[in-house]
Amino acid sequence: MSRYSRHIVLSEIGQKGQSLLSSSKVLVVGAGGLGCPTLQYLAAAGIGTLGIIDFDRVELSNLQRQILFGTSTIGMNKALAAKNRLEDINPSIQIKAYPEKLTAKNVLTLFDSYDIIVDGSDNFATRYLVNDASIISNKPVVFGAIYKFEGQVSVFNYKNGPSYRCLFPEPPKEGSVANCSEVGVLGVLPGIIGSMQANEVIKMILGFDHVLSGKLLCYNAKTAEVTFLKVKKTETAFEKVRALKDHLTDQYPESACEIEVREISVTDALNKEHAQFIDVRERDEYPKIEIPPNLQIPMGTLEQHLNRLPAEKEYILFCQSGIRSKTATHLLQELGIPNCYSLQGGALGIVEHLKTKI
Amino acid sequence: MNLNIKYFGLLAEISGCTEEELEFSKTSVHELIETLFEKYPSLKEKDFQVAQNHEITSREMPITANEIALLPPFSGG
Repeated sequence: MSRYSRHIVLSEIGQKGQSLLSSSKVLVVGAGGLGCPTLQYLAAAGIGTLGIIDFDRVELSNLQRQILFGTSTIGMNKALAAKNRLEDINPSIQIKAYPEKLTAKNVLTLFDSYDIIVDGSDNFATRYLVNDASIISNKPVVFGAIYKFEGQVSVFNYKNGPSYRCLFPEPPKEGSVANCSEVGVLGVLPGIIGSMQANEVIKMILGFDHVLSGKLLCYNAKTAEVTFLKVKKTETAFEKVRALKDHLTDQYPESACEIEVREISVTDALNKEHAQFIDVRERDEYPKIEIPPNLQIPMGTLEQHLNRLPAEKEYILFCQSGIRSKTATHLLQELGIPNCYSLQGGALGIVEHLKTKI
Repeated sequence: MNLNIKYFGLLAEISGCTEEELEFSKTSVHELIETLFEKYPSLKEKDFQVAQNHEITSREMPITANEIALLPPFSGG
């Protein structure tokens, strides 16, 4: 029996429907709580080309719900880690990982290569960027969003249907919605909502009648209650976006949601008298750096070793070349340690600096 | 008229309930929102849309149905 035999025996799918799935191209924005289940089912279903864009790295606290990842992938880029897992689920499809941020600069080129966009992002700036770019490039978007125990699902910009801006015309006022900060979420909730998104993608590709366009599905995991709210298309929302076509980068300056990571040069870092250096590389990475006082805490275990890091002290984090340590510094800042820096050039930079001194 | 008001997401945290009955004597969606702002002042700081009879409506519209829902945007993923 073939990999897809359980699809093919369904009269609604058949060999013809399965070929439609194989020839379609779907881009999933965000490989997080929503993206993971969506990607898992789309890969298993044999979507021919599956794109994943995510700049973020896997953290221990993601594993409660982001089911494509495991302890062994902590610290890895999510798009790349997801691709590895999905290639095992289905090696017969093409999976493209984009380990970068979706921005006004790359969005239109990226969307051009896909038929359907799935929005599994976790902030409003990206959601509005996805919406606006999908209108400009005329692609349908399968929208999903979650809050604690509740989820929203809809299909926007599909066959002349409404867009996200027809529902919520403008991004919310700063601070009116918990945005970048981590609020709690029931782990199984994105599993349900992300699976519904995968289902809508498949329905669209197969040409089913009742695609979730023109209405928003609201799901409450506590009560198992589902409410549908009708959303009408408002032409003004579309016209406004189309007028943005050549000005997307002005509309979406980078980046609404990132904490600024402070970097420090090797010279400045070595001049700091009381700073604690932290080597966030894995234990088997060379060259070893012996700058006292020097702690070795691999990036994926930072959260567990927080008790070794008093918040009032100053820290300089370094990795091999200064990229991973930026993520680690961001993480420490989020964990409530204000005075930390990422070392530019990393361990290789230190070695280089010491050489020139001799 | 007697309205049934549903609160979604963090709006339910402000109202302390996911739905409630409310006796309402005025006419427009806008006036209903003002009434709810008096009852729950923290609602004023929140963005949300209003649906009546399971359809998103504008605030200028008259109230024509008993079923009202207040829906905030979610960003989480």
